[in-house]
Amino acid sequence: MDVRERIARRAALELNDGEFVNLGFGMPTAVPNYLPKGIQVTLQSENGCLMTGPTPYVGEADPDNANAGGQPITLLPGAAIFDLCESFAIIRGGHVNTAILGALEVDQEGNIANWAKNAAKGDFSPGMGGAMDLVRGAQKIVATLQHNDKKGESKILKKCQLAVTGRGVVNVIITEKAVFNVVDGTLVLIEKDPALSVEDLKACTEAEFTVSPDLKDYRMSGINA
Amino acid sequence: MNKVVELDQVIEKVQDGASIFLGGFLGVGSPLKCIEKLAASGKKDLTIISEVSGMPGGGFDMAILFKNRQVKKIITSHIGTCPELLEEYKAGRLEVELYPMGTWAEKVRAAGAGLGGVLTPTGVGTKVEEGKQKLTINGKEYLLELPLSAEFAFIKGYRGDKIGNVEYRGVSVNCNKVIAAAAKYTVAEVNEIVEVGGIDPNHVGTPGIYVNAVVQGYSFDEHVQVFNQHWEEIGQLKRKN
Repeated sequence: MDVRERIARRAALELNDGEFVNLGFGMPTAVPNYLPKGIQVTLQSENGCLMTGPTPYVGEADPDNANAGGQPITLLPGAAIFDLCESFAIIRGGHVNTAILGALEVDQEGNIANWAKNAAKGDFSPGMGGAMDLVRGAQKIVATLQHNDKKGESKILKKCQLAVTGRGVVNVIITEKAVFNVVDGTLVLIEKDPALSVEDLKACTEAEFTVSPDLKDYRMSGINA
Repeated sequence: MNKVVELDQVIEKVQDGASIFLGGFLGVGSPLKCIEKLAASGKKDLTIISEVSGMPGGGFDMAILFKNRQVKKIITSHIGTCPELLEEYKAGRLEVELYPMGTWAEKVRAAGAGLGGVLTPTGVGTKVEEGKQKLTINGKEYLLELPLSAEFAFIKGYRGDKIGNVEYRGVSVNCNKVIAAAAKYTVAEVNEIVEVGGIDPNHVGTPGIYVNAVVQGYSFDEHVQVFNQHWEEIGQLKRKN
């Protein structure tokens, strides 16, 4: 199983039945494919709807309905549409239960960086879109990312190097190797890949973390959970 | 008062250097005909104020304005989707001012609603707070974000009546409602123009009080075709077996 599927299967376990959920671009968009049995959630799209349905067929798209990526959508029975001010009132006002976001970096204080790249290296940053509002407003923020970059450097840092999206906002960090809860500004390891020891994880993680007395093997929806 | 006018008459009012709100979200709910005419007019040094930029992949909605090098500045939340815009930006010909998406919307709402600004927790502790006043209210920090208005707003509705009431359809309402109230001169491009009384008052999304001109856009049938064709071309629709 590829790393992204692993992370999406683990992230799906963060959702509770009946929740309103916003999914960021990238890995989080795959999460609905792995919802555990009996769990139904309502997806919010920040351009202005609740309950988006499957992609329409050729010739059958409604020109007035698309998701936050500009892709055509259908609306499910029970859907609601609203304008942008209302959409962000929903987000900022704390009405979204869970947001699952992709991250470039996270750190041991619960900071997340997912919008700006390294300008010093000449990398281009497209803008924060709705991410800064989401990290401030959603009740629970789940950050998903690969544990290490291509060079093997940790992306779970002592302090984010990139410009942050929000400070002290992350509740759960999910990588392909481990799951951390952020508790009072510190990281607690709650699950790990059974193939890795805690020492192995310490070796590939820059951030400081403590180990939960209830440490479990890494769970994945549809596989072992 | 009959607000229905020819699109050419509206575009004539736009001067070089004008600031313009464009409705829509990645192309959906965009005033396509207004953009086409603006592109053909050759008006330049425009400041475009839009929630996000053009439809992913480019070649649609606002992309033509960047391709024609008519824009000197964009005020938005995200510029990553429109290749024509990015080319201008990377060449150093385009100034970009970014706000978080919800902040952008509330700045515009403040301008239309006569507020002196809004207080938002979004962006506290990030680069977004640079140069802004920070207030602590009940122990929580907020940024003061100032109103954002423009000379023109081009909005896109489904139906409009002759006194400027606009009915929206689907998610395409997006930022159209909020920008309609925040410009000195608001133009509503609609799929269908109807007589006064032709829109159920319960379905008016933007009341005519905000609208200065109503122009005919693509008919609804054309509108369906334009989007289906473009989405099919860029591979966004499912194929039946």
